[in-house]
Amino acid sequence: MQKPHGGKLVKRISGNRDVGGMDTIRVSNDVAKDVENIAHGVFSPLEGFLCRDDFESVLSHKRLASDVPWTIPIVLDEEEKKHGEGDEVLLESENGMQAILEIEDVYNYDKKEAARNIFGTDEEEHPGVKKLYGMGDFLLGGKITLVRGSESPFEKYLLYPEETRVLFREKGWKDIVAFQTRNPPHIGHEYVQKTALTFVDGIFINPLMGKKKKGDFKDDVILDSYKALLEHYYLKNRAVLAVLQTEMRYAGPREAVFHAIMRKNFGCTHFIVGRDHAGVGNYYGPYDAHEIFDEFPDLGITPLFFRSFFYCKKCGSVVNDKICPHGEEHHINFSGTNIRKLLKEGKRPPESMMRAEVSEIILESGDPFV
Amino acid sequence: MINTDKEDKKYTTVSIPTPLVEKIKERIEGTGFTSVSGYVTYVLREVMANMDEDEEEAFSKEDEEKVKERLRALGYLD
Repeated sequence: MQKPHGGKLVKRISGNRDVGGMDTIRVSNDVAKDVENIAHGVFSPLEGFLCRDDFESVLSHKRLASDVPWTIPIVLDEEEKKHGEGDEVLLESENGMQAILEIEDVYNYDKKEAARNIFGTDEEEHPGVKKLYGMGDFLLGGKITLVRGSESPFEKYLLYPEETRVLFREKGWKDIVAFQTRNPPHIGHEYVQKTALTFVDGIFINPLMGKKKKGDFKDDVILDSYKALLEHYYLKNRAVLAVLQTEMRYAGPREAVFHAIMRKNFGCTHFIVGRDHAGVGNYYGPYDAHEIFDEFPDLGITPLFFRSFFYCKKCGSVVNDKICPHGEEHHINFSGTNIRKLLKEGKRPPESMMRAEVSEIILESGDPFV
Repeated sequence: MINTDKEDKKYTTVSIPTPLVEKIKERIEGTGFTSVSGYVTYVLREVMANMDEDEEEAFSKEDEEKVKERLRALGYLD
């Protein structure tokens, strides 16, 4: 079985802790998801929010202070310095999450420098940078213990690493490829998934549910469209669909590595990295998210790099630029932008682009976009 | 890049034979590696990652059965 990142699957849950009278910090639902992901081992080896040493090491070296690869800082911000080292506070969110934070470090940070390191830009137009600039000036680092989980609208599809590891073992899968997504599937996605699946025992399709930017697909549309695809076009004993509750950071290459690390914790041995993975606008080169993996010989999960698939009228099949000898004039691209445009107009994309069952789910949803 | 005193403490010096250093210098020419240190760090990280021993998951029978029950209830297991 695949080893968790850092060697040990973190579990920081205690339903019996008395939280009465504790100083409370209200956190957003996104932060609550981070807390739950830490507590359930999705972010192993993190046991809490990053302290300064780890934070600076992640920014500068894409590694925790312990040298373990880690590319996205998981932090808790505060507007004013209200708490100090040694304090225990209750974190509470609107969606019902409660957790205790043992504060080990309170520190300030340079937002512009953080933005340049994480996102490769300090332009506020970048959604990740914009969010960072809106954060408080202080960061609280320390271990968390989850007391009560939040309510999720996706409970039936919400699995944590402890569960997927048992599931994969029970299915007899040893080599498992993970597919990260924030979109309903088109034919190009399906080809990528099935090509990868050909070489392993099973595929773990793990759409990301959480805050996204305007114009992205809504979470329930993504999930329902994948349910339809799996029901009609995948072998039941070769594919597992479960959601991952975390927000998109739009950090491109760094986020691709982060996505791979999370799937390693779920027990996956391989991770599909596509074109402009976790990108936004033109902030990253189309294959930057492939190249970054060269920096991590010790990542412990094998990235599978895919270029885009397209339909070739001459080949009469779905191909990519490594296998098709024909010119661009024969190609039909599975352009997400074109598919979105058709769907926005209430039109069904051609079946050569998107499965009818998937289009139907999206069109039936009314407004499928955030 | 953040430069602090702490940053300096994150690195240390190891001695390796000079002929080996010369070979490494030749080897990394024209590659993405800009220093012998960077190359040696890369190789050692790779070696160490491959040497890590598998750890058994600390999971009681009771816990595992609870997980299986939930997986069955959700339809993931028959």
